[in-house]
Amino acid sequence: MRKIKFILQKEFIQIFRNKTMLPLIFGVPIIQLVILVHAATLEMKSIDMFVVDKDLSSLSHKLINKFEGSPFYNVSGVSFSMDEAEEAIEKNKADFIMHIPYGFERNLMRENSSRIQLLIDGINGTAASLINAYSSSVISDFNRNIIVDLTKMPQIKDMNPIAIETSYWYNPELNYKIYMLPGILVILVTIISMFLAAMNIVREKEIGTIEQLNVTPIKKYEFIVGKLVPFMIIALFELAFGLAIGKIFFHIPMVGSLSLLFGFTIVYLMVVLGIGLFISTISSTQQQVMFIAFFFMLVFILMSGIFTPTESMPVWAQRVNIINPFYYFMRVIRMILLKGSGFWDISREFFSLSIYAVIILSLAVWRYRKVA
Amino acid sequence: MKEFIIEVENLKKSYEKVEAVKGVNFSVSKGELFGLIGPDGAGKTSIFRILTTLIFPTEGQVKVLNFDVIKNYKEIRSNIGYMPQRFSLYQDLSVEENLTFFARIFGTTIEENYNLIKDIYVQIEPFKDRLAGKLSGGMKQKLALCCALIHSPDVLILDEPTTGVDAVSRKEFWEMLIRLKEKGITILVSTPYMDEANLCDRVALIQNGEIMSIDTPEKVIQSFGRKLWAVKSDRIYQLIKDLKSMDFIDSVFPFGEYLHITLQSDKLDQDQLISMLTDKNHCQIQIQEIEANIEDCFMQLMNNEKLTVT
Repeated sequence: MRKIKFILQKEFIQIFRNKTMLPLIFGVPIIQLVILVHAATLEMKSIDMFVVDKDLSSLSHKLINKFEGSPFYNVSGVSFSMDEAEEAIEKNKADFIMHIPYGFERNLMRENSSRIQLLIDGINGTAASLINAYSSSVISDFNRNIIVDLTKMPQIKDMNPIAIETSYWYNPELNYKIYMLPGILVILVTIISMFLAAMNIVREKEIGTIEQLNVTPIKKYEFIVGKLVPFMIIALFELAFGLAIGKIFFHIPMVGSLSLLFGFTIVYLMVVLGIGLFISTISSTQQQVMFIAFFFMLVFILMSGIFTPTESMPVWAQRVNIINPFYYFMRVIRMILLKGSGFWDISREFFSLSIYAVIILSLAVWRYRKVA
Repeated sequence: MKEFIIEVENLKKSYEKVEAVKGVNFSVSKGELFGLIGPDGAGKTSIFRILTTLIFPTEGQVKVLNFDVIKNYKEIRSNIGYMPQRFSLYQDLSVEENLTFFARIFGTTIEENYNLIKDIYVQIEPFKDRLAGKLSGGMKQKLALCCALIHSPDVLILDEPTTGVDAVSRKEFWEMLIRLKEKGITILVSTPYMDEANLCDRVALIQNGEIMSIDTPEKVIQSFGRKLWAVKSDRIYQLIKDLKSMDFIDSVFPFGEYLHITLQSDKLDQDQLISMLTDKNHCQIQIQEIEANIEDCFMQLMNNEKLTVT
């Protein structure tokens, strides 16, 4: 056991002597959290609309005014020609076209129904469906008002026999930052621990110091504990640091128990460090580590549910997520921070990750012997 | 009966396609300074890595301190000092931190074995706060030797410790090894430099994964058993060609500015050779009979080996 202490001592001297480490430990979380949380937002603001108003009636003006009055829309062009409008979309100058045909008002008056056309740029599917949803709600609101106007009747409650009042639990304002920040924290903690641990071990291989260590009576578990614990500590520190940034700058709620969160993080880190150790046993240069780790990170992050809910993924993808450590932590950190979930709420994730940790660590340790 | 510290019997090591060590036998007795002499790629490092339990032999029996390298590798590791060919200490730790770390890993302290490393350590002590990566080549070797010695091992295994080190540091290094030997440490050292062979108690000449000869340096030289001449002229390249074309000459090898030649019959009429060479437009011709050295023996053994193969 005393040897572990000496290895830890040596590792910390080396880590803090490395000039890129301190900026990495403190700089990366600040940059990632402050920039990414602001940048990676799903809210659409200033949607560029192109108006083709062939009716030029008072009703069509009212509809356009309603869009213009909304903070989300920005009329980028007006024309009578559809060709011109389509060109604007092709040149990326407009996100969608609102086409109001000739006779819009007249048809409405005579037949109590009329049509308009929305043409949305579908390059970015997420943006397109958001534009559709926003615009539909603007138009349906407009619809209700004109019914009142046309029928000259006072608005009565019967118009909406079932009133829908929505309230969003745990994030009442649907503040995107509160949702994103924990997710980005997960990525941050994982990158720091997985990459650094794997790179550190492979560096010993590259420089050749591992040979010198292998001829000493250091036991395998002493070496591995000595290598993984420093990065566990640094990752936990990163989590605390990131949470502090979140609290101070973004006022993210911390409803649940922080000690539960940190306890869960330790189990999670065992999995991540185990993967890092495993990668280091199958690679012999830092470059290989980078490529392998990067590959897994990318797949795991995209499937983790940071941007898109995992529930909407196809069944096979949800099955693949069983081996995706991000998936568990992404759920749990949001559950604990935003929802205040207790241990029994996250017990499924906790035990799954514990089993995962045992498997990946034994696999890595078993592989490591062949190298030693 | 001599006590053997290292016993190697019919050792073979193959990597995927290459057979690096092809059945090697040797033993090193207690307190001996044993040299493994051979060019790059002869298999020296493979043998050392097997002895230090870093890799497994493909075939054969290898014992260090009477422990089997496969079954009892743990016991071997606590009792040997190994200095790999490449400098493999922590470049980002200082001299003192490196030494302290390796002492502690072996469960000892610098003070406990200070007398063993004292002679060497005093030379690098003025730089003890310097990072190991910033030391000069000779200093690095001394630090590596200190780290290999800090746990007072019974055997020291040094893989080409003087490769890439300047001539003065090389000489110093060998003086250190001889002093360590006097303290009773068994030393196994490999080197591509033939001149260092004379400083060993016994040497094994190794080539292509096979040992060609094992003996004391004196006996290896005696075994040369032939007369040797050094020849020189102003056009050394042409001289090699011309000498090789003369049928009474057996072998020609360049040695620095001289060519070493042996004859079919061991009898040389120097004047006749000079006149033959003068006919071929050589000037400043020098010829003298010399004593063979280890390198001559090595070349001869290598040549014989080639002949038996073809």
